[in-house]
Amino acid sequence: MQSEQASPTAVAGLERVFKVENTSYYYGSNMAVRGVNLEIPGNKITAFIGPSGCGKSTVLRCFNRLNDLIPSAHIKGRITYHGVDLYSKAVDPTELRRRIGMVFQKPNPFPKSIYDNVAFGARINGYQGDMDELVEKSLRSSALWDEVKDKLKESGLSLSGGQQQRLCIARAIAVEPEVILMDEPCSALDPISTLKIEDLMQQLKENYTIIIVTHNMQQASRVSDRTAFYNAEPTESGGKVGYLVEYDETQVIFSNPKETYTRDYVSGRFG
Amino acid sequence: MNPIDPQAQGLGLPETGNFKPQLERRYKFDQIFKIISWAATFSAIAVLAILLIGVLSEGIPKLSLEFLTAPPSRKAEQAGIWPAFLGTIALLLITAASAIPLGVGTGIFLQEFAQDSKLAKVIEINISNLAAVPSIIYGMLGLFVFARLLEPMTGGRSIFSAGLTLALLILPVIIVSTRESLKAVPDSIRMAGMALGATRWQTVRIHVLPLAIPGILTGTILALSRAIGETAPIIVVGAAAFVPFAPEFSVEGFREPAFTAMPIQIFNWISRPQEEFHAIAASAIIVLLMVLLVMNTTAIVLRNRFQSNR
Repeated sequence: MQSEQASPTAVAGLERVFKVENTSYYYGSNMAVRGVNLEIPGNKITAFIGPSGCGKSTVLRCFNRLNDLIPSAHIKGRITYHGVDLYSKAVDPTELRRRIGMVFQKPNPFPKSIYDNVAFGARINGYQGDMDELVEKSLRSSALWDEVKDKLKESGLSLSGGQQQRLCIARAIAVEPEVILMDEPCSALDPISTLKIEDLMQQLKENYTIIIVTHNMQQASRVSDRTAFYNAEPTESGGKVGYLVEYDETQVIFSNPKETYTRDYVSGRFG
Repeated sequence: MNPIDPQAQGLGLPETGNFKPQLERRYKFDQIFKIISWAATFSAIAVLAILLIGVLSEGIPKLSLEFLTAPPSRKAEQAGIWPAFLGTIALLLITAASAIPLGVGTGIFLQEFAQDSKLAKVIEINISNLAAVPSIIYGMLGLFVFARLLEPMTGGRSIFSAGLTLALLILPVIIVSTRESLKAVPDSIRMAGMALGATRWQTVRIHVLPLAIPGILTGTILALSRAIGETAPIIVVGAAAFVPFAPEFSVEGFREPAFTAMPIQIFNWISRPQEEFHAIAASAIIVLLMVLLVMNTTAIVLRNRFQSNR
C-alpha cells in the first residue's frame, strides 16, 4: 500500500490509529466483506455509511474483536492498531476491548443502578482510583450528570432511551478507552436525543477517536470528519458481499464523490 | 365486546369489491371456541377438585399432631407419618444438594461456554433423551451404581443412594430450565459486558446469571417437588414399607440401610384391606400436599424477590 501515493484511503498528516489492509471477512466459507483498505485517524470522527448488508457493522466489530464471539467467523488480511496486528496471538481480546469501547444500536444498560453501570468496567479492570470521582467524571463527560446526580442508586433502566444511551457512553468512557465504536447509536432515539448525542460526540472527539456506523446520511454529514461508503453486490452463489466503495473527507464524499455509486447513494437515489 | 344490535345497519355503507365479511358467522366461531376452551379448563379443575375434596374429607378427621409425630403401627389408630415425613425431608436435602450444583453448572456450561460445539450438541441430545427415560430405569441405575458399586460410600440401600437416584432423575429438568432461563437473557447484555473488557465468566456471573436466577429457581423447585412425589425409583433402590424409627440427620443416619418416604408409606397403607388404613393414607396425602405447597410457595416468593431487586 505504501507504494500508492496519496491514496484516498490513507490519512496523511494525521495520527493513524487503525490501519485495515486488504481485509476480508468470512462467515464459514461465505465471504461477507471483501478486501477493505482504510486508515482511521486519531481524534476524529469517522462515519461508515451504506445500505443494509454492506458490512459496515461487521468491519466496525473487527476493531474490538467482538466478532470473535461468532464461532464460524474469521478474517483474512491485516488490521493493525498503532502498528500492532489486532488478530495476532499476542493480543488478548479482553484487554483490547477495554481500550476500544463500544456503544450499541439499542441502548443496553445493565439492569443495575446508574452508579453500578458506570463503575462495572472500572471494577473488573481493577481501577485503583476513587470510584465516586470516576463515576461523576464519566457521567459529566457524557452530559448526563446533571440529570442523574440525585438518583445514582436508581436503575439504569428507569432512564429515557436517550439518557440510557448516554449512560452507555458514560459506561464506555469510564474504562478510559482510546477509541469509541458506535454502532448506529441513535437509530432507536428521537431527534432531540439524537441531537444531544451528536453534540456529545463533538465534545468527545477532543479526547477519543470515534468510529460511527449510521444509516442516517444527514448524521454522517453533520458529525463526521471522514466518511467511508460501503456497498453490497450480489455474489454468484446468490448471497451478498460488502465492499468499501469510497473513503474520503466527509465534505468530499457528500459534495464531490469520485464514484457514481457514492453520488447516487448520498443524493438519495438508491439505498 | 359491545353487544351488537342485529337490527342496526352498522356503518350503513355499501360493501365494496370482492369482500364477504360474514361477521355474524365469524363471531359465532369466536363464541364456540371460547366455550370449548372454557370447558377444557373447567374439566381439569373439576377433576382436581373432586380428588382434593375426597382426600380432604377422608383425611382431615385423622389429621392430628399425634399422626404427624408417631411412627407407623400395625394398628391404624396408632399409626403416624413421622419416619416417612423425615425420610422425605432427608431425601429432599440430599437430592437438592447434589442436583442443584450439578444441574445449574451443566446448564451454564452448555449455554454460555460450549455454544454450538459438537460436544455441546451431543450432550444436549443425550440430556433430552434422559428426560424421557422412565423413572423406574433410574431406580435400577441407582440400585446398581449407588447401592452396589458405591456401597462403601453410600451405605448400600440408604437415603444417600435414594437421594442421589432422585437427583439423577431431575438433573435433565434442572439443566434444561437453567439453559432456557439463560437463553431468555438478551445477548445485548453479554455484548455490553464483553465490550467493556469483562471476561466471559465475569459477564455471566455479574450480569447474566442474576437475570436468569428467578427462572432457574422456579424450574429447580418444581423439579424437586416432582422428586419427592416419586415412588418407583426409591422402591427399587430399597425404601422399605415399614420403618418404625425416623432417620437421624447425620452422615451415619443417611447411610442407614433402612428408610422410608411419604409416597411409599401412602402406597403401603392404601394397598391394605382395612378401611382405617385408607383414611390415614388420605391424611398422609394431605401432609405430602402441604409439603409440595410450601415448596411451590417458596419458589414464587423467591422469584418475586429476585425480580423486584432489579
